[in-house]
Amino acid sequence: MADRLGVLPAYWALLRGQARSQVSYRTSFLVDLVGNVGATVFDVATVLVLFRLTRTLGGFPRAEAMVMVGLSAAAFATADLAVGNIERLRQYVRTGLLDAVLVRPLGALPQLLLMDLPLRKASRALFGVAVLVAAVLTAGIDWTPARVGLVVLAPVCGVVFFASIFVTTAALSFWWIDSGEVGSAFTYGGRDFTTYPVTVYSGWFRAVFAYVLGFGFVAYYPALALLGRADPLGLPVWAGWAAPAVALPAVLVAALAWRVGVRHYRSTGS
Amino acid sequence: MFRTFAAITGSGFRRYSTYRQATLAGAFTNTVFGFLRCHVLLAVATGAGGVAAGYTPDQLATFVWVGQGLLAVVLLWGWNDLAERIRTGDVASDLLRPVHPVLNYLAADLGRAGYALLTRFVPPVVAGLLFFDVAIPSRWSTPPIFAISVVLAVVICFGCRYLVNATAYWLHDVRGPMMIWTFGSGVLAGLYFPLHFLPDWVTVPLWLATPFPSILQTPLDVVVERDDWPVQVGLVAVQAVWAGLILLACRAVQGAAERRLVVQGG
Amino acid sequence: MSAVPGDEPVIEARGLRKEFVVRVPAGRFRRTRRRVTAVDGIDLTVRRGEMVGYIGPNGAGKSTTLKMLTGVLMPSSGEVRVCGLPPVARRTQLALRIGVVFGQRSQLWWDLPLRDSFALLRHIYRVPAAAHAARLRRCRELLDLDDFLDVPVRQLSLGQRMRGELTAALLHGPEVLFLDEPTIGLDVVSKQAVRAFLAELGRSGETTLLLTTHDLADIERLCHRLVVIDHGRVVHDGSIGALHARYGSRRLVVAELDEPLTTPPVLAGAPLLRTEADGRRLVFACESATASAVVARLAGLVALRDIAVVEPDIEDVVARIYRNAASEGGADPAQGCSITRTAKVPGASASYRWGTSPGNVT
Repeated sequence: MADRLGVLPAYWALLRGQARSQVSYRTSFLVDLVGNVGATVFDVATVLVLFRLTRTLGGFPRAEAMVMVGLSAAAFATADLAVGNIERLRQYVRTGLLDAVLVRPLGALPQLLLMDLPLRKASRALFGVAVLVAAVLTAGIDWTPARVGLVVLAPVCGVVFFASIFVTTAALSFWWIDSGEVGSAFTYGGRDFTTYPVTVYSGWFRAVFAYVLGFGFVAYYPALALLGRADPLGLPVWAGWAAPAVALPAVLVAALAWRVGVRHYRSTGS
Repeated sequence: MFRTFAAITGSGFRRYSTYRQATLAGAFTNTVFGFLRCHVLLAVATGAGGVAAGYTPDQLATFVWVGQGLLAVVLLWGWNDLAERIRTGDVASDLLRPVHPVLNYLAADLGRAGYALLTRFVPPVVAGLLFFDVAIPSRWSTPPIFAISVVLAVVICFGCRYLVNATAYWLHDVRGPMMIWTFGSGVLAGLYFPLHFLPDWVTVPLWLATPFPSILQTPLDVVVERDDWPVQVGLVAVQAVWAGLILLACRAVQGAAERRLVVQGG
Repeated sequence: MSAVPGDEPVIEARGLRKEFVVRVPAGRFRRTRRRVTAVDGIDLTVRRGEMVGYIGPNGAGKSTTLKMLTGVLMPSSGEVRVCGLPPVARRTQLALRIGVVFGQRSQLWWDLPLRDSFALLRHIYRVPAAAHAARLRRCRELLDLDDFLDVPVRQLSLGQRMRGELTAALLHGPEVLFLDEPTIGLDVVSKQAVRAFLAELGRSGETTLLLTTHDLADIERLCHRLVVIDHGRVVHDGSIGALHARYGSRRLVVAELDEPLTTPPVLAGAPLLRTEADGRRLVFACESATASAVVARLAGLVALRDIAVVEPDIEDVVARIYRNAASEGGADPAQGCSITRTAKVPGASASYRWGTSPGNVT
């Protein structure tokens, strides 16, 4: 156990090293930091543009829909910051970085994440949180201690959930070299899905994304619980609190996928 | 001369046909995003009382699915061949070829687009037909106008990508221009929502003064038959003008770059 | 730690084998699978303090072996233990006890000064500060690092970077140091510095060295023992002298003379192979005499216009190994004449060579 904890300073050192590396290019880092906000701003702006044409989307007025937007943006942007660069796994294999980290006495995944942490995306995460805060303050929520807890719990579980999706889809490229695009259907696609109320979607598509994959519990159900609205689709109120129950299996799947993927890599060398 | 052009186009086609897995993966992703966007826009139409910014629900569905199909044909994102070659210095050998570099890349890109038309355009369109009520062109004049519009769109998008890549001749790090292009082109081309969702005082200047709407918005508006054929022809004419302007810009930039290369010795 | 190789084997591999399944296009649309054997039953025992050269032509399986020894790649079959640990199962434990230097891939942080990379590695390997400082001091002296310790790695020359890599691999005091082409692309001065450093390291007997290289001079300077592999099998495991003696390869000294000699000099240990250009060019083979001794003697005996030392190409030697094996009827299993030439995977050396990015072929 002491040995396990003993690795923490090592990871902290890796993170500091990455921070120093990025900041060593001072001006271009600042430019990146500012520029990166644009992507998240735009996602949120899209929703506002849609609300120009209609008063409700999927049966929800703008103020309520923005709570979902906020939960989704905060969770996704933070996960993208923490784990997003794992998309580059294919590149790490090609340049030999994966081999280099396998030779060191630390776990491969934490090393890869910390060594390539995209600090410039921090601005996106901050913006996402800002949107969430603005949305929950203007949506007329009836605050209770439980709800205050939820507005923190839900995004955190969302981060874990999205991070798991990132890792799982990246691990796919151990078997399927050109799988990169498939992953983005679930990472960026998942982000798009959670931005809007689940009532917008229909049929088996909704069933798969919202319930089987669990995306509905990232933003939609927590938002309903915060707003005190009943689910038009029929799930009970406590569904809003089910976020951890969705995040946990996601983490297990991601850990398994990564383990099996690295094992496959070490067995086939490519 | 024409035969050379055709030969390069053919090799562009063949090169991309080897990326079978990536094609499959891309088509899958296009389809998923098609579902996502389609549902959202249909919900907007429902909320707006049936018609959103002049589009009926079936027109919106066609808009989304043909849009996803065209995305890989025009190749809005993900092309940095030229920038890479500039970075490694391989671009010098392009100058030794008997074909003008811009035409060289254009021909190859048309080949690529041709391949994409067969493999990436069809799946999303079929998915749209299967799962949604899509508007099918009712006038016989629409398909030919649409075809011309798509070709022009490919040319314009190629030109824009070429220009963005060509900044590598002057800049050390093309990431900035690439980011701006990725960001701007998606928005302004009408990928996330039809540009008519925006107020007119934004849309009209965008359409006339920038090439972006001519890349996706125009062919899509043509195929959903939002307007009568004279207007469609007018929009395509705007495309043609932009295609010409962009190609001229590429030639000018290429000339400036070559002078710089020759003077600086690579 | 004595300077004499100890008793416990530090590296022990038996029947090590690695097969890959490769998809090969067959016809227009289909692809069949083909089994390619990169490493075909290697037995290797290295004792503490030894300095072993591990060589072979491109695609012979050197990098694959190294990857299996360091836990990066799982063997298809066979047993292997490094420092008493199975590399794949005990990767993180083993990592603390071995050091690895890639010739073509860097372990250092590209944007940070060299000094910072060393500090980071101290944390990663959890090295006590005092030991780390002592080792760093020693490396700084031997490798002359002070001039560029504060320069970002991306600005270093290849020679400087390689000296940094060597230091980085040793700061945690590994028992075994694996080196994959450490002198590749280096200028002569840097090569000598690296070789001198490794020789000094080996002399103290604390660290065991396993070195793959294409440069025979590395081997001749550093390694007493040479393992030659080809097509995944060991074809020679012994001293360099034994290799040359066994396969009849030698360095040649080609002397160009001002005046043709009627009676060429007779040199002990370096028979005259042939004369060319009407007696103006003499080609001696260095057998028991070293090339430098031959050159020195010749310079004293005749008027030289020019002199050249021709290295025996390792590929030549190995090719000759196979020719010998074929003609001898393959009695010796180590020579493996029944070598069904397992097809070389196209681009194998590019993709399986450690850390090479495609397009970075030497």
